Order: sequence, then C-alpha cells, then structure tokens
Amino acid sequence: MKARITVTLKTGILDPQGKAIEGALRSLAVPGIDSVRQGKVFDIDLAATDPAEAERTLKEACEKLLANTVVENYRVELL
Amino acid sequence: MRAAVVMFPGSNREGDAVRALRAAGIEAATVWHGDHELPAGTDLAVLPGGFSYGDYLRCGAIAGRSPIMDAVRAHAGRGGLVLGICNGFQILVESGLLPGVLMRNADLRFVCHMQHLRVQRADTPFTTSYREGEAIEVAIAHGEGNYTADAETLARIEGEGLVAFRYCDAAGVVKSNLSPNGSMNEIAGVYSSNFRVLGLMPHPENLIDPLVGGTDGLKLFESLAESLATA
Repeated sequence: MKARITVTLKTGILDPQGKAIEGALRSLAVPGIDSVRQGKVFDIDLAATDPAEAERTLKEACEKLLANTVVENYRVELL
Repeated sequence: MRAAVVMFPGSNREGDAVRALRAAGIEAATVWHGDHELPAGTDLAVLPGGFSYGDYLRCGAIAGRSPIMDAVRAHAGRGGLVLGICNGFQILVESGLLPGVLMRNADLRFVCHMQHLRVQRADTPFTTSYREGEAIEVAIAHGEGNYTADAETLARIEGEGLVAFRYCDAAGVVKSNLSPNGSMNEIAGVYSSNFRVLGLMPHPENLIDPLVGGTDGLKLFESLAESLATA
C-alpha cells in the first residue's frame, strides 16, 4: 500500500522560508500569488493491506517523528 | 561531579563542552548516542552543539528519539541535571524535555557573532556564579534559533520564571526585536519547571579562556560544579 503524508505549519506560525519563496515568485513576476507556505511531503510504502491499520501506523509515524505537533499539522492520504 | 557529554552523528562541539566542564573541575566523559545508559554516577548530561543527523527532517528531531535520549529523560525524571547547547537545545525541545520549538531564524540568515545575554535569574544550578540581571557576552552560531511557543506555553514559561537568558544589548537592556533570530520575548534559553534542565542557543562553552574572547561562559560551568559540591 502507498501513502502520502503532508506536513504543514499551523496557521499563525511564522514561515520565513515560505515568505522568501513568496518574495522570489513576486520578483519573477509570476502573477496572482497572494501568499506561500512551505511544507513537507513524505511518500511511504507500507506492508499493511488494511486501510484502517495503515492509517493507524501512519498516524503513529506522524505523532512520533514526522511532525512536531507544537507547530505543525499533518494529513495522511492513502493512495 | 561527573558529566556525560552525548555524541550524536553530526555533533561537533563535544570537545568544547568537555574542555569547558574540565576547566570548571567537572569530570567529563563522552557517550555515544546508541548507548542505552548514561555512565553510573552521572550527575549532569550534556547535549553539545553541532548538526546531529545533518539537521534532516527538523533540527534535533532524529537525535531527540535516539536510544540514549530515553536514558537522558529517565535521568531528568530523577531530578538529574541536563544541559543542551545550540543543537542540544533543539534536541531537548524535540525530545519533550523543554517546552516550545526552535524555528528557522526569522531573516533566514545563519547568525554567527558575539552576543550579549541577560542572566534572568542567579538562583539555579546553572547560574549561581552570575548576578541576576547581569549582561554576559558569549558566541552564537545557528540557523534555527528562533524560539517559538504557543501563547499558553509562553505565558506559563514567563509566569513560572523559566526564561534563563534573553538577548540584550551591552548594558543588559532587553528590547523587543533585539533578538538576532526572531525569538519570542528575546528568549535565548529556557529551564524545565524544576530548573534542572537548561537549553540555550548561545555557546558558553566557547567563552572560557581570555585568549579566545573572554570568560563569561565559564561561570555557567563553575555554577554547575558548585551546585553539586554543595548539594
């Protein structure tokens, strides 16, 4: 089974990298960009075949390591 | 007093930490991150600066979950002393031993210069050789030192007096927006609730010799030596 985990900064947490990218896009004259927030994507292959079990495993992976839940949110998608 | 300096893959200030501890008369040995126990009789665990695991994922995230950190958590749980410097501070917040998180510096620049700090209190095992409110000058060198916490956590840290050091000017005056990295409330270091765990971004271990810029950092290690001698 394959899955994708997306980790993003919580609303209100300053994201200097996102801001820098936003500024760079503006300087490249890419039109219509209001704001940019940077995050991380993890593509994961799992042994699990049961979706509920896979979700449990991935949630554990996020809570234990992939996200720092003090400042980050995560989203799990089974592909 | 005996100190164990934990080496992670990518630590690079362990030698400086050992030298500073010994200069204050503290017995110091290094231990490997894959070990499951601190040496018997360890009074102080030190997490040195560096770039553990290449700062992959988040600074300190992988080191914060290594086998030795279970031993460090148990040591802290027994009231043992823990000091985390720079990357060691990042490891302490990632391992849950200290509140908050260290984000990328607000202006995205790696900062590397001498910096004044205000000693917030002189009654902890780490600071008895300083005076409260004293401005000390030490080195900083980091790209992710922007101390951040949610409003509730920040209020608790301030309410319980857990701020150890704040970035300040040469006169010891703390002003908003004076921090070199965007830290909330100009926080450069914080204590655990029992004042036995300290994490700070600056490098006191590099300021122990007048030949290399000053000795303002040595008092932190002398305080530790004294706290154990009198304990």
